[in-house]
Amino acid sequence: MKDTSYINPLENEAIYIFREVAAQFEKPVLLFSGGKDSITLVRLAQKAFWPAKIPFPLMHIDTGHNFPETIAFRDKLVKELGLELIVRNVQDSIDAGKVKEESGKYSSRNALQTTTLLDAIEEFKFDACIGGARRDEEKARAKERIFSVRDDFGQWDEKNQRPELFDMLNGQIELGQNVRVFPISNWTELDVWSYIEKEGIEIPSIYFAHKRKVFLRDGLIWSHSDYVFQEEDEEVLERMVRFRTVGDMSCTAAVFSEATDIESVVQEIRDSTISERGARIDDKRSEAAMEKRKQQGYF
Amino acid sequence: MEVLKIATAGSVDDGKSTLIGRILYDTKSLTTDKLEAIEKTSKQKGYDYLDFSLATDGLVAEREQGITIDVAHIYFSTATKSYIIADTPGHVEYTRNMVTGASTSQAAIILIDARKGVIEQTNRHFFINNLLRVKDVIVAINKMDLVDFSEEKYNAIKADFEVLMGKRDYQDQNITFIPVSALKGDNVVNKSEKMPWYEGETLLEHLEGLDMAAVSNVGTPRFPVQYVIRPKTEEFHDFRGFAGKVYGGELNVGDEVVALPSQTKSKIKDIYFYDKKHQTASRRSSVTITLEDEINVSRGDMLVKVGDLPKIEKEFTATISWMDAQKLAAGNKYVIQHGVNKVLAKVTTIHHKINPDYSGVEEGVSALGMNDIAQVSFKLNKPIFYDAFKDHRTNGSFILIDTQSNNTVGAGFIN
Repeated sequence: MKDTSYINPLENEAIYIFREVAAQFEKPVLLFSGGKDSITLVRLAQKAFWPAKIPFPLMHIDTGHNFPETIAFRDKLVKELGLELIVRNVQDSIDAGKVKEESGKYSSRNALQTTTLLDAIEEFKFDACIGGARRDEEKARAKERIFSVRDDFGQWDEKNQRPELFDMLNGQIELGQNVRVFPISNWTELDVWSYIEKEGIEIPSIYFAHKRKVFLRDGLIWSHSDYVFQEEDEEVLERMVRFRTVGDMSCTAAVFSEATDIESVVQEIRDSTISERGARIDDKRSEAAMEKRKQQGYF
Repeated sequence: MEVLKIATAGSVDDGKSTLIGRILYDTKSLTTDKLEAIEKTSKQKGYDYLDFSLATDGLVAEREQGITIDVAHIYFSTATKSYIIADTPGHVEYTRNMVTGASTSQAAIILIDARKGVIEQTNRHFFINNLLRVKDVIVAINKMDLVDFSEEKYNAIKADFEVLMGKRDYQDQNITFIPVSALKGDNVVNKSEKMPWYEGETLLEHLEGLDMAAVSNVGTPRFPVQYVIRPKTEEFHDFRGFAGKVYGGELNVGDEVVALPSQTKSKIKDIYFYDKKHQTASRRSSVTITLEDEINVSRGDMLVKVGDLPKIEKEFTATISWMDAQKLAAGNKYVIQHGVNKVLAKVTTIHHKINPDYSGVEEGVSALGMNDIAQVSFKLNKPIFYDAFKDHRTNGSFILIDTQSNNTVGAGFIN
């Protein structure tokens, strides 16, 4: 009897990409944020190399403003799978005077991550950085390649990208350049959630509805926290919320939700009429916010 | 779940972005915040309709100039299928993007402005989709609202296009004509009330009805080895798995295979997908294969079935689509990436340039410039294991890499 139950074109494509990375590069690293997309990447990498271990380390660029639940989850996952984890801190870049903390109502450390990331790439001489970005997230990302070449300054030259034909991925680079690799480029938010459900992948608790102290600003639900600037007239409320996307606390807004398990989360995403990045405060800054950050080396 | 990839081609102002925006809108794939952004910008520009093209044009320069520069990927799904649209720009200078978009697609939409009919650009769009052997082509005759939904006009354009079809190389391509108005929404997702004379499917109905097996490229099974998995743990001490993707057909446990280039024979022992064993490795699945015998196989090698060998040659001729500002000339050396295998190649002869508008060939050409398409012969430092592109879309194609810049500078389809 023919068994075709495992045929998921997106999963097969991602596994293929992981294997190309391992074969074409000397020092790859998986950029791990503790979010659902990077957790999905870890599962796909396991599948690509089984029964061998994942042949590269994970790296977390820690803003210091993460949800504590994410950090606890990260450490547990790394331990369980016997993976190597590198952590580099935005706080160190601030202390060294390389970047300046933003101030004011909308201050966030999200954009500051770029400097810390580029320094870490240089420190470890990584030639490929695997990330969980998807093309459906945002307009500039829709034009991103699977193997995206960055220059010495980590910059994205959107008008001069290598064409990607058929399945062929060209990872040839010069010394000093690096490639950002996006194995789940072609997945949608719903694809990721459905995969998490089907595979029974564990994810941090903040993705499920929970009671949290929040406040409302500009139609978004912000976390009440030491890391988030709050006006005196912005009232703290306790509400059932969950997060659809997880960056750090200063750039991620919550959604009202009663979905406490994976089935109901998937159903909620299916019915949703608001895009995932609609809850990303960092993208709301301007029409071209993401494009600008990517040109500067943001991942 | 099935995933259908679609390439789009149309000239500037044919309304390609509007068509894609319309598909997203009518399939309820646009989220509230995206719709609000479109409404806001449309209003700012003083339009009295929704400018759906804003749903796809992403880069700042594109919005400033109102054009599409680069291939953008757009996603939507219905209850039956997931769709990925490669939105490729239609200007003459962007042939390379069209070739790129078509290379991964099983279907293509060619847009024609009903007021202009078949123009030189249309020839190019059709030529490229035919060259790349995209199985299903939809000719969407757009802006029917601007020609009073005229059946005569539609029939005249269709007849002009049928003349082109007579010249095509790949005759098995399915071609469907649909009269649409992307702006007004006629025959895109919903049937038009203005064109009762058209009894065929709407654009989306056509895509929904496509049988994935029928639009996929089937050939003979080829297994290029990407990576050798050697865990060297106690439990898997002797495990040597060959990781790769199966192309063309399927492989089964027990199949007698030949490893190329060594030509050593063995049998498939196990097929793994992750930690589970399977009897069959289906087309396009990323599996790990172990063999009965310990033979030397490494990245770039290929496993094929006994008695079903590809060509193993150090010289070949191919149709080239050149994509770089630096010219290709006889004597130039490049890296050829054929699947996951890389070899050094030298251009021996440029036979002739092919005009991609069906106006014939140009002899006596000494160099190729950006967007040129030509017949070129190569000599390699090592043999590659290939099939003709017409028999095997994956194993008959390659990319050319510049040895200095490392850029992908061309694509080839082997004769």
